[in-house]
Amino acid sequence: MPRDDGIGASVRRKEDFRFVTGQGSYTDDLNRHGQTYAAFVRSPHAHATLNSVNTSAAAAMDGVVAIFTGQDLLDAEVNGLPCGWQVHSKDGEPMVEPAHPALAQGKVRHVGDAVAVVIAETLSQARAAAEAVAVDYGMLPAVGNMTAAKAGKAQIFEEAPNNQCYDWEIGDEAEIDAAMAKATHVVELPLVNNRLIANPIEPRVAIGDYDTATGEHTLFTTSQNPHVIRLLMGAFVLGLPEHKLRVVAPDVGGGFGTKIFHYAEEAIVTWAAAKVRRPIKWTSDRSEAFMSDAHGRDHETVAKLGLDADGKFLALKVQTDANMGAYLSTFAPAVPTYLYATLLAGQYTTPLVYANVRAWFTNTVPVDAYRGAGRPEATYVIEQIVEEAARQIGMDPADLRAKNFISPDAVPYQTPVALEYDSGNYAGTLEMAKKAINYDGFAARQAASKAAGKLRGIGFSAYIEACGIAPSAVVGSLGARAGLYEVANVRVHPTGSVTMHTGTHSHGQGHETTFAQVVAERLGVPIENVDVVHGDTNNIPFGMGTYGSRSLAVGGSALAKALDKVEAKAKKIAAHLMEASDTDVEFKDGQFTIAGTDKSVSFGDVALTAYVPHNFPHDELEPGLEEQAFYDPANFTFPAGCHIAEVEIDPETGTVTLANFVAADDFGNIVNPMIVEGQVHGGIAQGVGQALLEGCVYDEDGQLVTGSYMDYAMPRADNLPNFTVDTQVTPCPHNPLGVKGCGEAGAIAAPAAVMNAVTGAMRAAGVTKPIDMPATPSEVWAALHAS
Amino acid sequence: MASVSMTINGKQVSGEVEGRTLLVEFLREHQRLTGTHVGCDTTQCGACTIHMNGEAVKSCTMLAVQAEGADVSTIEGLANGDELHPMQEAFREHHGLQCGFCTPGMIMSATALAKRNPSPSEDDVRHWLEGNLCRCTGYHNIVKAVMAGARAMNA
Repeated sequence: MPRDDGIGASVRRKEDFRFVTGQGSYTDDLNRHGQTYAAFVRSPHAHATLNSVNTSAAAAMDGVVAIFTGQDLLDAEVNGLPCGWQVHSKDGEPMVEPAHPALAQGKVRHVGDAVAVVIAETLSQARAAAEAVAVDYGMLPAVGNMTAAKAGKAQIFEEAPNNQCYDWEIGDEAEIDAAMAKATHVVELPLVNNRLIANPIEPRVAIGDYDTATGEHTLFTTSQNPHVIRLLMGAFVLGLPEHKLRVVAPDVGGGFGTKIFHYAEEAIVTWAAAKVRRPIKWTSDRSEAFMSDAHGRDHETVAKLGLDADGKFLALKVQTDANMGAYLSTFAPAVPTYLYATLLAGQYTTPLVYANVRAWFTNTVPVDAYRGAGRPEATYVIEQIVEEAARQIGMDPADLRAKNFISPDAVPYQTPVALEYDSGNYAGTLEMAKKAINYDGFAARQAASKAAGKLRGIGFSAYIEACGIAPSAVVGSLGARAGLYEVANVRVHPTGSVTMHTGTHSHGQGHETTFAQVVAERLGVPIENVDVVHGDTNNIPFGMGTYGSRSLAVGGSALAKALDKVEAKAKKIAAHLMEASDTDVEFKDGQFTIAGTDKSVSFGDVALTAYVPHNFPHDELEPGLEEQAFYDPANFTFPAGCHIAEVEIDPETGTVTLANFVAADDFGNIVNPMIVEGQVHGGIAQGVGQALLEGCVYDEDGQLVTGSYMDYAMPRADNLPNFTVDTQVTPCPHNPLGVKGCGEAGAIAAPAAVMNAVTGAMRAAGVTKPIDMPATPSEVWAALHAS
Repeated sequence: MASVSMTINGKQVSGEVEGRTLLVEFLREHQRLTGTHVGCDTTQCGACTIHMNGEAVKSCTMLAVQAEGADVSTIEGLANGDELHPMQEAFREHHGLQCGFCTPGMIMSATALAKRNPSPSEDDVRHWLEGNLCRCTGYHNIVKAVMAGARAMNA
């Protein structure tokens, strides 16, 4: 009988009691003794020279403790923020990698670029003094979008004369052009992947503290990866060794990618706290978040798909322009290259794929990974053009997909764009999704809508993602400047309870429950006796954090490896107690036994013996029962599936109603189905948000038009329906838990499904040119009335 | 500075505040009731939702002095020791939270709904929660939780 708190059980979350009672401990809930408050002076201009920054009036104001400018950082030899990934252009040249000062030096390059920081006794004093800092800006023409960047409207960096960061390619362009020339059908589609803002509901917060007695610096921050912040900030920005720098990410209120990156405010409060010898707290307000949190997506693409007379895909050619914003954020260069173009084979046997990606600097907030990071953009390209191809050649879109799927028999499958898929059954999830939405009944539902004066559409999205990031050697060869393994430590206490330390970080994903279920299952201890600790570099050996749906696939694998070691040692102790050979010891449900005998000792007895080693194999083992493992994955994992959206459009108003949404996903083995479903729901909501509501807008002069929740349309409860989600299981063959990752699937799959439904519905009304996201009522109405 | 006094979670409190001090600042910074959260600056997100005189209000949108003499309750006042309020229990049971940041505001808003409407439909709940943003759950499980919590509160 399976445990009710083990692998596969929908265990209610251990972390919830503190959250539902208001006892979560988020960074802004923390206060340090003698704390001061920081407020940033931010540029209101998108592009300007900094002629002077006069702080004298502000410095004289009540409560002001200190003011620092970019010049002060230069004088103190504080370095700029590093970029964690180097991409090379197709001519072999490294990308243009301009300095990213923590406070602007010489120039400001986007609205919100930080110019100075004011530290004061109270937050209102800090804010008042920040307003009194007199900055003389020399206005420059601003590059508000990629079209202006390419046209050279202004030059943002001296080292990038044409505003280009890199010009990268994968595949053989001549070969693809030759194949395309032989294709019976060639479908071409221009696409925009709209710029988004991640918008976790908890804004970013950073508290710097310095212990004069020990010389230890501490940063409390809203991060998805405290060790990565320690590495980037300590080694590259501030020159602080790890043993004198502690980074704590306590309860974090959502991340979605934007809390991966190392931000200027973190380095400044850490550095300045040692200067003023007082703790410093900075809390972003939402308006500040809109102009300082890294944004996501922002691609412009032209895709071309060649098919033979039978509808088999022959070649896919993709030209993408990607907006980097004003500086290179931590992982920005990797997103439109290695996390995007390598996924362009999708679930299909397309033998030839070529992508050219050009990255551009603009006078906008830096753009980096946002839930899915590159994979939603790839899925959007593939699934839009496949849908368009089906329409143009007159095939059922499901049948066209099925005809081109990589078959389960073909895995492991080497794609033409570097990845080797390890498992999957794409026809399985397609059929599961078709059944869930009653695909066969669509024509009748469409007719009923038509009778009511409405347009109805259905849209597919058959996606694949590369998760479980990542094999260090592979990503290193592709330009990553870090390894991407994970770390777990399992500490069995003398009475048999367990504290597990993970280098991943939970900011909503429920690791405190899921990881504890794995421990409970393996060691046979009740889940109440297992605590999972994350988020503090002083408590955890090392870690690379949580993003790219990696926590269970990489961090959980590290845990499984550590548990193997615990079990191996515990068996030796048990063998000693039972006077047997450890090779004869079996361990199940928390009991060690010797087959064919009635000898038995419990896990608790073994734990106690490990710490009270009176009767112990001292010549063979050390006392204690605590083990650690680093796990570097052998390959990426490949979650995949099919999502289908059904929409109804009111042609009178252009309003799109999401009538139904189904998801059929393959995440490999599942530890906690309830948590996995919740992750899929959340991802779908963000994907639907991208398709129907959200869009970050800059004007031509680089002014942020959507700078608050009044202007940026977040999905609300009454914008969304309930979702139908289900899973199929093909285990990952190369990690010990057989898991693939589930956090990003919804955000990856949903935009294409929704937009295919929208464009399908509009096609029935004679609109053949697909519209771009977000499909707002005004866009839909305008397109319907132009036709 | 102005003096302000009110009842918070059944306890009489008073303090000295600036005229511009928001009620949410008074709760978080003066009373150290940090369960009430701040997620925006335009009264859109609802993370700061509390009850004042029995009605759900956004505590970022009123001054502390406007709550003079009021009966205020926050997320911290909902459970009875270790025994969760039925709405809190419903959120836990139905996985109506992930990161937990919007959760106190959601629960305070939901309990106010349940007092007006003991058996809200899915549409009722979705419409009522229009002023509370969640970025994690897609609302699916929140809606389930609120419907179940309202029934449990009125059972």
